[in-house]
Amino acid sequence: MSEQAAPAAAAGGNRAGMKKELPEHFNAYKHVWVFIEMERGQVHPVSWELLGEGRKLADKLGVELAGALLAGPGDATGAAVKDCFEYGADLVYLMEDPILTDYRNQTYAASLTDLVNTHKPEILLLGATNLGRDLAGTVATTLATGLTADCTELAIDHEGSLAATRPTFGGTLLCTIHTLNFRPQMATVRPRVMAMPERQEGREGRIVRHSLALEESSIITKILDFIADANIEKAQLAYADIVVAGGMGLGRPENFKLVQDLAAVLGAEYGCSRPVVQKGWMPADRQIGQTGKTIRPRLYIAAGISGAIQHRVGVEGSDIILAINTDPNATIFEFAHMGIVGDALQILPALTEAFRRRLAVNRLAG
Amino acid sequence: MNIVVCIKQVPDSAQIRVHPVTNTIMRQGVPTIINPYDLFSLEAALQLRDQVGGKVIVLTMGPPMAEDALRKAMGIGADKAVLLTDRFFAGSDTLATSYALSMAISKIAETEGPIDMVFCGKQTIDGDTAQVGPGIACRLGLNQLTYISSIEALDPAKREITAQRRAEGGVQVLKTKLPVMVTMLEGSNVVRRGSMPNVLRAAREPITILNAAKAGIEDLTRCGLKGSPTVVKKVFAPKPRADKAKLVETANRSSTDIANDAVEAIFAAAPKLHTDLLGRVAQA
Ligand SMILES: Cc1cc2nc3c(=O)[nH]c(=O)nc-3n(C[C@H](O)[C@H](O)[C@H](O)COP(=O)(O)OP(=O)(O)OC[C@H]3O[C@@H](n4cnc5c(N)ncnc54)[C@H](O)[C@@H]3O)c2cc1C
Ligand SMILES: Nc1ncnc2c1ncn2[C@@H]1O[C@H](COP(=O)(O)O)[C@@H](O)[C@H]1O
Repeated sequence: MSEQAAPAAAAGGNRAGMKKELPEHFNAYKHVWVFIEMERGQVHPVSWELLGEGRKLADKLGVELAGALLAGPGDATGAAVKDCFEYGADLVYLMEDPILTDYRNQTYAASLTDLVNTHKPEILLLGATNLGRDLAGTVATTLATGLTADCTELAIDHEGSLAATRPTFGGTLLCTIHTLNFRPQMATVRPRVMAMPERQEGREGRIVRHSLALEESSIITKILDFIADANIEKAQLAYADIVVAGGMGLGRPENFKLVQDLAAVLGAEYGCSRPVVQKGWMPADRQIGQTGKTIRPRLYIAAGISGAIQHRVGVEGSDIILAINTDPNATIFEFAHMGIVGDALQILPALTEAFRRRLAVNRLAG
Repeated sequence: MNIVVCIKQVPDSAQIRVHPVTNTIMRQGVPTIINPYDLFSLEAALQLRDQVGGKVIVLTMGPPMAEDALRKAMGIGADKAVLLTDRFFAGSDTLATSYALSMAISKIAETEGPIDMVFCGKQTIDGDTAQVGPGIACRLGLNQLTYISSIEALDPAKREITAQRRAEGGVQVLKTKLPVMVTMLEGSNVVRRGSMPNVLRAAREPITILNAAKAGIEDLTRCGLKGSPTVVKKVFAPKPRADKAKLVETANRSSTDIANDAVEAIFAAAPKLHTDLLGRVAQA
């Protein structure tokens, strides 16, 4: 997708009526694929989220859903394949090679491109993670096909084409993008934008093995080391059940203690809006929103956050949003489910107490 | 060392407003800036140049007014600037953009000598796709280092570069060969401020202007809307939620009462959350 394409269409929508004329050699392209992102034995959960979404697209089109798994040989691969089936894949294209043990652009792009050229998917979905974005750009360019990045919604239109919706203009607007005359239609989706599908225990599928003889000596980039993050906290915000966040309305960095206290009582993660990070009051990995983390907790409590669109797109998937804001006209009340018009500096400690009491009382009673 | 830095002029999206009635974008008077992510790449390029010598050439594709962004970049310290501009480029998606930029980079190499490194921003704030850099690398056959948090070593003689790349759960230390395409992570360096002599030079320095023909592009069907496989079918504003937030009664009530009501309301709406929390507390 492009930044320039959007204004062109906004201005006149001159291509909107464009007819779909798929060149004949693309007719063989069928089925929906999800690239299964596995690093050091761990599949990124965004792959399961995409299988959930891919399942709906495949059912709508009446085709199969496949996972494309590239990995070094190892025990983890078997488990990952089983997970693919249980999260909805009908089959898994598996490429196992020592050369694929760690992610490298050259090896992964060559492998995935070859897999696509051989088995011809109609739709190829990847997570909009660092790895997915690094890979997708190369693969789409090599295949000379369209790629819509960071989609927030995927659907099949009445002509059977993939309608990929994403924010544009820094998140102020949304646009729907199609890849009409090229295959596969590629899209990336950020983690947590799509819901996690239910796992269907015992669901089975087929494995189709594929290989591409690549020699390590022909691979230019070498991996010297992998330095694991000291605090594995990083990933947890996106996957937390409950999140408590503070914005500029808290006024001073010390007041974020109130957010952390409430989070502690609830066993929750805490986060913040972007200006809080820009002020240096919280580290960047705590930022929630379009340029931070997307969250989908069961409960999101936002204190002193105005609810700008860039924040909203990162929290909309929450089951319940409780907003605390002194301004009754704050935008956040337009998409929060519950609201308290009040001073967060008073309400946050009161909430901490109320939850503590409520949970403790029941413990005694139970 | 010849280093090309691709920069994009973008509207300062913090200042874009949507017209409340017509739902169209109000872009009049919205100032433009250099895509903020590109500045970290520009700074990294300048540091390498200062270290090993050579020149930094900034390149942008855009309307004639994008010259502004190039002059700003020269003010910060870039040596030369190239503006790729042609009405045939209008409506380019990432594939068409990376095509045009890679043609321009090849053209630059004809006059400046082989390009050793191309820097791109991690992503733009208006397109936000992070795909143009990898697209350029793919077309020019450059090795690819994206999401780089630090460049540990560069050996121009051996043509080797070692860098730390942000991955899931950790950092990959990668070693690869020039020529290479690099995107830097935000915050990976502190962008220098323009110096007075640079700012003065930037105002006067001629800028190379390339149209499609001058960039060596013969096949115009690979540019702009024509060369873009993706088609924007619809642009729209997000729907407001039908029902606004239910407000907890606050008039003349204590924080404690308000908080108690909020907790009850939450648990009434999500009874399962309540049980799960109790379970968790009981285990603790
Ligand atoms: C390209 C781009 C990307 C962006 N990405 C993100 C992103 O990922 N995440 C993000 O959050 N933002 C992002 N932003 C910024 C976003 O536009 C807003 O500026 C930001 O979310 C506002 O943060 P805030 O609500 O904390 O601050 P403000 O807008 O200043 O709001 C503070 C709020 O606190 C309320 N308040 C004041 N005092 C109190 C009190 N005592 N108790 C309770 N409430 C009080 C005020 O009424 C107000 O509503 C992005 C912007 C751009 C341009
Ligand atoms: N029109 C352009 N001119 C110059 N560089 C660009 C242009 N568009 C994108 N880029 C470069 O590619 C990077 C990624 O852009 P994007 O794929 O749009 O997120 C940007 O940070 C720039 O470095």
